[in-house]
Amino acid sequence: MNLILEGIVKAFWLIVSFDREVYEIMFLSLRVSGIAVLIGSLLGVPSGATIGLKEFFGKRFLVSIVNTFMGLPPVVVGLLVYLLLSTSGPLGAFQLLYTPEAMIMAQLIMVIPIVMGVTISSVSSIGKAIREKALSLGATNWQITLKVLKEARLGILTALIVSFGAAISEVGAVMIVGGNIRWATRVLTTAIVFETELGEFGLAIALGLILLLLAFVINWALTYLQWSGLRR
Amino acid sequence: MNEGFMEGLEEPMGGKSVLNYCRYVYKNITPTYSDKHNGASLMNQRTKILVLSSTLVVGVILAAFSYTQSSRQQSLVLATTTSTYDSGLLDYIIPVFERRDSVKVNILSKGTGESIEIVKRGDADVVLVHSRRLEEQFVADGYGVHRVGVMYNDFIIIGPSSDPAAIAGGSNAKVAFEQIAKAGAEGKAVFVSRADRSGTNMLELSIWDTLGLHPSDKNSAWYVEAAAGMAAVLRMANEKNAYTLTDRATWLSFRSQLPDLTVLVEKDQILLNPYGLIPINPEKYPQRNFKKAVALAKFMISEEGQRLIESFRKENETLFHPLARDFQLAHKLGFPDQEYEVAWYDSQEVELSFVGKMALSSIVNHEIALKGKFELFSFESHS
Repeated sequence: MNLILEGIVKAFWLIVSFDREVYEIMFLSLRVSGIAVLIGSLLGVPSGATIGLKEFFGKRFLVSIVNTFMGLPPVVVGLLVYLLLSTSGPLGAFQLLYTPEAMIMAQLIMVIPIVMGVTISSVSSIGKAIREKALSLGATNWQITLKVLKEARLGILTALIVSFGAAISEVGAVMIVGGNIRWATRVLTTAIVFETELGEFGLAIALGLILLLLAFVINWALTYLQWSGLRR
Repeated sequence: MNEGFMEGLEEPMGGKSVLNYCRYVYKNITPTYSDKHNGASLMNQRTKILVLSSTLVVGVILAAFSYTQSSRQQSLVLATTTSTYDSGLLDYIIPVFERRDSVKVNILSKGTGESIEIVKRGDADVVLVHSRRLEEQFVADGYGVHRVGVMYNDFIIIGPSSDPAAIAGGSNAKVAFEQIAKAGAEGKAVFVSRADRSGTNMLELSIWDTLGLHPSDKNSAWYVEAAAGMAAVLRMANEKNAYTLTDRATWLSFRSQLPDLTVLVEKDQILLNPYGLIPINPEKYPQRNFKKAVALAKFMISEEGQRLIESFRKENETLFHPLARDFQLAHKLGFPDQEYEVAWYDSQEVELSFVGKMALSSIVNHEIALKGKFELFSFESHS
């Protein structure tokens, strides 16, 4: 009990004193997961919308594959990206292992199926009605897609919330491909593992609190957006 | 449904220049006078905000990307053991090297076995490890070159102060291990093993081996295989009131957090713990930064580096002792070619940072500096 209290006090101090290392770790976490979610939604939303709106052979099979990959274990993704980026692997020439870019890649692979899956389900639930109405008004395919996306924005925001939460709290993949290098690839989750091993429980608890706080602020912002979207 | 949504968006005109794009955005998104007088203006306002804010977000992220790209100076990946990193030694001496050579050293803190595997795949530039058998295998397989001894400390056997196996005060590791195994079989003692192919683990396994015991072969309740770093295993031993083998540096660094543990056996010859440094073979992986790996080795074994290592203290005790220039001791600890390797490193010229270059050119004449630089490109071993 003593340890936990000490940890919370230390956490408070680290946060209010703007400890340089803690803040750098925090910003790296935000950057890695933020970029992964951004690129992931740029790729996942259009492809998810296409799959959700179009009827084609094997659609059900494709959707179940996407849904399976939504539950991809991060460590497996980490292993895969590690083997790809290792100097003796197929993408070794780029020398990306143990860099933030490698961590973004790993999280991107995790995030894309989540964004795609949620987009598919929310688009297909409203797609039909809108499509018929829009067609009767003489809209082009492109305009229909945009309109459906607009109406499905609540579901897409949910996709962003879920995938960002998964990305920033994930530890297995970033540990493997990032290597937890101080001042370079140490993010909140890997730092918590490391500091716990060293017995720096204060720092570990501080980092944990910051992680919670970040997740809360971002979820709050997105939920706010979602609700204000509902009222429109 | 918004009324304005069907209005045809004008295609960007012909060329793809930024200017044309801006015109296009302006034309289609900025509300016009007539817009303000019908329902479309609200939506356009919203779209405009959306476009502007997403442009801003993309811009910030692109800037972050280009920042990470441009700030990537020369870097070096050092794969090392948890004992050198977790004890704080590397955080103490590496910044000195980084400043002087203007290079960023990325440290991977793993066990000896894992570190060596990482360099074998070409994912790090240099290892600093402690397992003679694995190191020599690594060099013999052609992955590493110019193995050199840097420093040493020693292993100790620690355990609960109650000492159920009654090994306290001994100086024979084998006898102590035998007694722990006996007490363990009777259910009185627990031993925590690193079980991660680290240098510490390799030594521990070799001691069991010479005793003809193989506790990891079967599921024995007294032998706990943690698969974790030294600090984590020490903590686990403290929680479980167990025995373990540890290097002295990690023990001293964490002693204050381990109230239930004490040193029981020390000062056995087989418990000496030398650390070797091996750069990656540049012929195997030319894309790695061999030059800086050599520079790091050169720094670690230099008089200055050795002094720094010795001056690193925790609770007023020296954690690592210099080894590089004590050739006799180095021979004894498994570095038969120490004086040749030290001479080879000493003969290597290091590319200095800009400040260093200025200092150099003001002292020595230009021709010598050029000649030194030329030598840097001919990596010939002594053999």
